[in-house]
Amino acid sequence: MAIRSFLILFILFFFSSLNPILSLYEDQVGLVDWHQQYLGKVKQAVFHTHKTGRKRVVVSTEENVVASLDLRQGEIFWRHVLGSNDVIDGIDIALGKYVITLSSGGSILRAWNLPDGQMVWESSLRGPKHSKSLFLVRTNLKIEKDNIVIIFSNGRLNAVSCMDGEVLWEKDFEGESLKVQQVIQPPGSNLIYVVGFASSSLFEMYQINALNGELLKHESAAFSGGFLGEVSPVFSETVVALDSTGLILLTISFQNGKISFHQMPISNLVKDSFGPAKIIPSSVIGIFAIKMNAVTIVIRVKDESKLEVVEKTNHETSISDALSISEGQQAFALVQHASHEIHLRVKLAHNWDDNLLKESVKMDQHRGLVHKVYINNYIRTDKSYGFRALIVMEDHSLLLLQQGEIVWSREDGLASIIDVTTSELPVERDGVSVAKVEHNLFEWLKGHMLKLKGTLMLASPQDIAAIQSMRLKNSEKSKMTRDHNGFRKLLIVLTRAGKLFALHTGDGHIVWSHLLQSLQKSKVCQHPIGLNLYKWQVPHHHAMDENPSVLVIGKCGPSSDAPGALSFVDTYTGKELSSLSLVHSVAQVIPLPYTDSTEQCLHLLIDADKHAHLYPKTPEAISIFEREFSNIYWYSVEDDNGIIKGHALRGKCTGEVADEVCFDTRELWSIVFPSESEKIIATVTRKLNEVVHTQAKVIADQEVMYKYISRNLLFVATVALKGSVEIGSVTPEESWLVAYLIDTVTGRILHQVTHHGSQGPVHAVFSENWVVYHYFNLKAQRYEMSVIEIYDQSRADNKDVWKLVLGKHNLTSPISLYSRPDVITKSQSYFFTHSVKAIAVTSTTKGITSKQLLIGTIGDQVLALDKRFLDPRRTVNPTQAEKEEGIIPLTDPLPIIPQSYVTHALRVEGLRGIITVPAKLESTTLVFAHGVDLFFTQLAPSRTYDSLTDDFNYALLLITIVALLAAIFVTWTLSERKELQENWR
Amino acid sequence: MAPIARLLLLALLSTALTISSGSGDGYTINGRVKIPQGLGTKGFALPGKTSNVKVILNGGQIVTYLRPDGYFSFQNIPAGTHLIEVAAIGYFFSPVRVDVSARNPGKVQAALTENRRGLSELVLEPLRDEQYYEIREPFSIMSVVKSPMGLMVGFMLVVVFLMPKLVENMDPEEMRRAQEEMRNQGVPSLASLLPGGGRN
Repeated sequence: MAIRSFLILFILFFFSSLNPILSLYEDQVGLVDWHQQYLGKVKQAVFHTHKTGRKRVVVSTEENVVASLDLRQGEIFWRHVLGSNDVIDGIDIALGKYVITLSSGGSILRAWNLPDGQMVWESSLRGPKHSKSLFLVRTNLKIEKDNIVIIFSNGRLNAVSCMDGEVLWEKDFEGESLKVQQVIQPPGSNLIYVVGFASSSLFEMYQINALNGELLKHESAAFSGGFLGEVSPVFSETVVALDSTGLILLTISFQNGKISFHQMPISNLVKDSFGPAKIIPSSVIGIFAIKMNAVTIVIRVKDESKLEVVEKTNHETSISDALSISEGQQAFALVQHASHEIHLRVKLAHNWDDNLLKESVKMDQHRGLVHKVYINNYIRTDKSYGFRALIVMEDHSLLLLQQGEIVWSREDGLASIIDVTTSELPVERDGVSVAKVEHNLFEWLKGHMLKLKGTLMLASPQDIAAIQSMRLKNSEKSKMTRDHNGFRKLLIVLTRAGKLFALHTGDGHIVWSHLLQSLQKSKVCQHPIGLNLYKWQVPHHHAMDENPSVLVIGKCGPSSDAPGALSFVDTYTGKELSSLSLVHSVAQVIPLPYTDSTEQCLHLLIDADKHAHLYPKTPEAISIFEREFSNIYWYSVEDDNGIIKGHALRGKCTGEVADEVCFDTRELWSIVFPSESEKIIATVTRKLNEVVHTQAKVIADQEVMYKYISRNLLFVATVALKGSVEIGSVTPEESWLVAYLIDTVTGRILHQVTHHGSQGPVHAVFSENWVVYHYFNLKAQRYEMSVIEIYDQSRADNKDVWKLVLGKHNLTSPISLYSRPDVITKSQSYFFTHSVKAIAVTSTTKGITSKQLLIGTIGDQVLALDKRFLDPRRTVNPTQAEKEEGIIPLTDPLPIIPQSYVTHALRVEGLRGIITVPAKLESTTLVFAHGVDLFFTQLAPSRTYDSLTDDFNYALLLITIVALLAAIFVTWTLSERKELQENWR
Repeated sequence: MAPIARLLLLALLSTALTISSGSGDGYTINGRVKIPQGLGTKGFALPGKTSNVKVILNGGQIVTYLRPDGYFSFQNIPAGTHLIEVAAIGYFFSPVRVDVSARNPGKVQAALTENRRGLSELVLEPLRDEQYYEIREPFSIMSVVKSPMGLMVGFMLVVVFLMPKLVENMDPEEMRRAQEEMRNQGVPSLASLLPGGGRN
């Protein structure tokens, strides 16, 4: 009896002692989570290497990031991610200590402290008209110890003090049709030239005093041929342009205020010229480049008007900006691409024939072509010039080349992820060596001794450091094989550059990367866009030997009828298995829940003409598909027109596109929202692969409620037209938000609720039988979150548990398209403090574990919020029974507990999406948040009830067991001896 | 801590901040973020520096940063009611509702949305600091005793030392009876106590 109660006690205490792992201890950071920081594709780079001390390069990127990088390792010193509409137009370093950024279409100028990235000043520039031309001109002009920067934006020329951002003078260029092409500041003079085109054939030149903005001269001259595109300055008072046909080169000089044109047909320079040319602007004195089709021609300008071709090449060429290395000497770099190598040449501007530097660097083909190059010089020990080059590749990666080697590289393509999917790792094969096991055993014991020391507070600081590094460097987590708990997986991500990466969930390292051929710029496809990523082949059961693969869907160009492109990529090796250029467009992709004998998933691609195309195009797939022909329904949302339509298949394609795998479709239903009062701003459905464990929910008074679980539910949020603009410009009376639940097979609106005085943006998540959405309440001036739960009433009579158990709980009412499903909804609203960027929900293998909402806040953190806080049955004073059930008393605001930020003290800058993937272990879910940064962690929403935690002390358990055994034997012998004595007595 | 000290110093020197009508088609909202020195210093190092504090207007429409003295400004803002949020790691800021209207330029109409407290000037202070980590309990003998292993050992000790005492305190007659019973039944070995091994 004693032993039994002891056992019960033991079990009780054992479970109660499992830590409530809702939050992290600080020393657990990095155990299961990882965080990576990126920048995006570099737009502009400025070196800062003059002073002794840290050598830096400041970059601005297409993700609106301005960052200072360590030139030696490529690490980030500091970084700022500006707002999403705050596009950076130009950067520069002023006074040797400030980074100046021009952003938001040339209207905001900021200065950042170079060492630590603190903003020093901010000033706003305005101009008389909106124009695209923007220039940030570095000058060495000094007015009373102060440097000035010259900025042309929105039709106004500003001179801004670098010290405090004050506008010293401004000059408007009001001319209606004037398009300013260049702002030139000849070094060593106090003049500024502003050149541009007015109407189509007038060349305008303004000469301005840089010290006070006074207009000194204004000349204009007409050229009958007109102008095309950009101009390239070749000398301080000469620019090169193209005429409107693109066949004649114009050298325009405006020396001493006299404008003169010199024409030179390109055909005179290049024998076999073809087609119109394009000027590649460069800032190198006396040299410019033009591009005709794939041919790049470098032209030198001699004596104002004489042009001379110095190089003509078929290779992709990039030219850097000029770098003045000494008095009057300018150097520039030329990078050419040749299959496996890139050739870097650095030349002096006035001396084409000699190279200051010529290097060939082996380059991974999966980085694509060189897009940009920036050079910087240093003085070698032998007093000669050395050069380092920063290059931006087609896959958005950033590399530093020095002495023919890649010093460092950054995979900045990962800052712009379009889509994410996961793949399993290979199964572990046998063949683990014995030596390794023994080694591991020794390490294991040592590790546990250390841990024990740590627990008993006997560890020295060195020991603590060793424990920490041991925990972080756990070799188990980055193994390349599947693990028992399903924590190790591959995250397959598609980036905007058209590159596919596989990241290991253990530590985030890149397993492989592949630049997809189908998403590269080519003659047929000028602007390829990656769209989606789907699991194509998920081998299990009978197709175990096959490698899993993913399907990448892209299209050519932004228009809706652009032809699509498919790629199939092996997720173990990263090899592109095959790629297809489609003849039809891709408007919608429907992954079907059917697989063929090789475990390939069937996908239905809907094109812009509403034809459905089945992939894979195999007879087997067609036969599977035809069996399920009448069960396939889908919907489409036309945001602009406010229409939601339901579709089904009709039959094989007729007409000229007749194809085995092409099917005609028919429209089943449509819901038209009144365009004058409602605008669709959000639609969300359940995740296709979500598992629901139980359909019934037992509530406090032993009642059973049945969840209405349908895969065909669509949540739609619409707002009044006026409410579709940003917060701050509408009054509560003229804005409302309507939330709908729509059955996508029948087109029936199951539920509809109007929130008066509310507006978007709406972020929503749909799971099981509930939807949670976030919006702005104008009346309360706060954000709100609402939950709608939908229950099936038609089965409410089936309260007999025995019937349920025996499976005899069939519905009394027949299921029919025409009968309205008998559902009830419950909803409740709460206040939520922050703006939201994304909402997701945790997902587990079997759906038993309770759910948490993952809310990406405006501060780029991810907050985990228990779904129990968003339960419509919450009341202010729950009854005892309800309390036992776990219902939390109702409070207006949702709690924000700092410990439940899954990103703890980190930020996922520029957060765009949160993805959850179930692990094999039921309690655990894997969370991946991406934006400019990447963050990954494991979450256990109901604690790890099915496994011991990581910090479980096995050694202590072992010691206890040993001690107990010893005690047993000792007492045994004692009792034996005593018994013997008893017997002798 | 240096930037904060400087911030505090400047807080004393500078005064109110306002909404002023800009030169162009909008208004300017000027304000200040003040992080008091007392917060965030205990426990572990200050997670966020002032250079990483963002001030966000209307859920991301405009994002701006703080100057070294904690000031920020939004320019070219249309009239209406706007929402300002401060994103700073380590601190919890309430969003602030700011009314910008043409009628009373130069006057601030601002209120914290969390507790509806009005602000006479646009100085934003954190409501509380945020601890993202649990704090480890320091090692104590009680935690070892309370752990399952500790309990097991404790129970063992109880059995070993208290049980004989209990046996001693028993009535001698009863004791004899029990011993007789035992003799009849056989050896009271440990095996009989273990589950499965017990015959009684």
